Amino acid sequence: MSGKKPCIPAESEDLLHGNRRDFLKKTSFLTAMALTPGTVVKAAEEQWDEKIAGVFEKVSLHIDVNGVKHTLSVEPRVTLLDLLREQLKLTGTKKGCDRGQCGACTVHVNGVRVNSCLSLAVTNEGKKITTIEGLANGNELHPMQEAFIEHDGFQCGYCTSGQIMSAVACINEGHAGSEAEIREYMSGNICRCGAYPNIVNAIQAVKQGGQS
Amino acid sequence: MNQFQYVRPAQVPGATKAITNGANTQFLAGGTNLIDLMKMGVVAPEKLVDINNLPLKKIEGNAGGISIGALASNTEVAEHPLIKANYPLLALAINAGASPQLRNMATVGGNLMQRTRCPYFFDTAMPCNKRMPGSGCGALEGYNRMHALFGASDKCIAVNPSDMNVALTALDATVHVSGVKGKRAIKISDFHRLPGQHPELDNTLQKGELITSVDLPASPFNKNVHYLKVRDRTSYAFALVSAAVALNIENNTIQGARLAMGGVAHKPWRLTETEAFLKGKPVSLDVFKQAAQIAMQGAKAYEHNKFKLTLAPNTLLQALKTASGLKA
Repeated sequence: MSGKKPCIPAESEDLLHGNRRDFLKKTSFLTAMALTPGTVVKAAEEQWDEKIAGVFEKVSLHIDVNGVKHTLSVEPRVTLLDLLREQLKLTGTKKGCDRGQCGACTVHVNGVRVNSCLSLAVTNEGKKITTIEGLANGNELHPMQEAFIEHDGFQCGYCTSGQIMSAVACINEGHAGSEAEIREYMSGNICRCGAYPNIVNAIQAVKQGGQS
Repeated sequence: MNQFQYVRPAQVPGATKAITNGANTQFLAGGTNLIDLMKMGVVAPEKLVDINNLPLKKIEGNAGGISIGALASNTEVAEHPLIKANYPLLALAINAGASPQLRNMATVGGNLMQRTRCPYFFDTAMPCNKRMPGSGCGALEGYNRMHALFGASDKCIAVNPSDMNVALTALDATVHVSGVKGKRAIKISDFHRLPGQHPELDNTLQKGELITSVDLPASPFNKNVHYLKVRDRTSYAFALVSAAVALNIENNTIQGARLAMGGVAHKPWRLTETEAFLKGKPVSLDVFKQAAQIAMQGAKAYEHNKFKLTLAPNTLLQALKTASGLKA
């Protein structure tokens, strides 16, 4: 697991993709107008132009990710997961199903684990996000990261970021009292390689070690 | 996902007004259902009213009962000391649903508003009267393993997917709502609808009405309760059938019973006749077996869900046994 990376500010992302995005916006706007010519007249009559502009507007977002404060400008439809991966380039958080069914995108928001794929970024105004990149203390891995290596808690590794974020929360919540409880409270994280027994072992080891 | 306008009001009146002003506008709370539906193209609101800043998060005891703010998360409710002590059935049901991550995000109000998980509702290439009124019901003659036994219509045989709703129904909850025309209280049994000719309507909320709290009356059902959910895997799956059972037992006699089933109807299925049958009866396997049969009166299965005709009474019977502590 790598340490904290410097984040690319939103503006540079816009510079990279601005032209394409502007083009898409303009064309979708024009297409909508072409398809429904009546709306142009109606929009003028009822002063809809402000509302239509509202659709394309970006919203300002103040967010703390792994201890780094960001002031960003995001479209309302961008999920927290896409914000982390595409705008902040923190690709440790994975996109699996993108529908809240697999848990690969699990991050902590104000210390609570959530599926970042089902959270719109703009709804996280003023919140503190912790991703897998923020778990280690410099070059020192988090005890759960050490335990996953020690107990071979993964094969392909795609679900691992989410598993580890969920595992840390599972202990913090007080739901790691037994193997059965761990399995129940880790059920939101799917591992298609089937590393479940080793994941449970890793969590039990951290729990018994009194670290989380 | 389609583009949409986004507004974030700070108070309830601003939120309800924002809804009534827009043609296709929806409230956004936890987003665990709505964002998924928007990604799938099942719904495409032109405007989202983010209600997460509204002061609706409190869980507090009141005259004999409890009031749960609509924005309290499912986890906050299930872990609340008053809920665990006085309404353990609700905690059991909530914890039987979804995953810890989703329960941390999902709100009580949002859970009440949860749409069906019928695959024909989710697949925009398929007919579905709930998603597109008049297009037909794909499940009626299609793959209907997960579907209803009770109260369905020729327009829709989908089921309500929530576990929380089943417990709230057994516990006689009241849903408090606020709209531009004022506030009102809706009994949980009147909140969700049967599909009838209008399956596009899941509930009886009027346009612009916002759920503000869910209240539970004082309850003697804090001991002999159980929520049994039968599903295709041990955890993190929707119910094939679930049973919420709350019994008030004194001297081995059932003084009162509150029963509801999930996964069997378009709304949480309250078993009032079975409750009446159990009242005054002794705790016994024979009584519970009779109760389970009474609960199934009027059941109608389709091609792939006939197994539920056996699974449902067995689930209820097992839940009755566990709740009462009967060992047989």
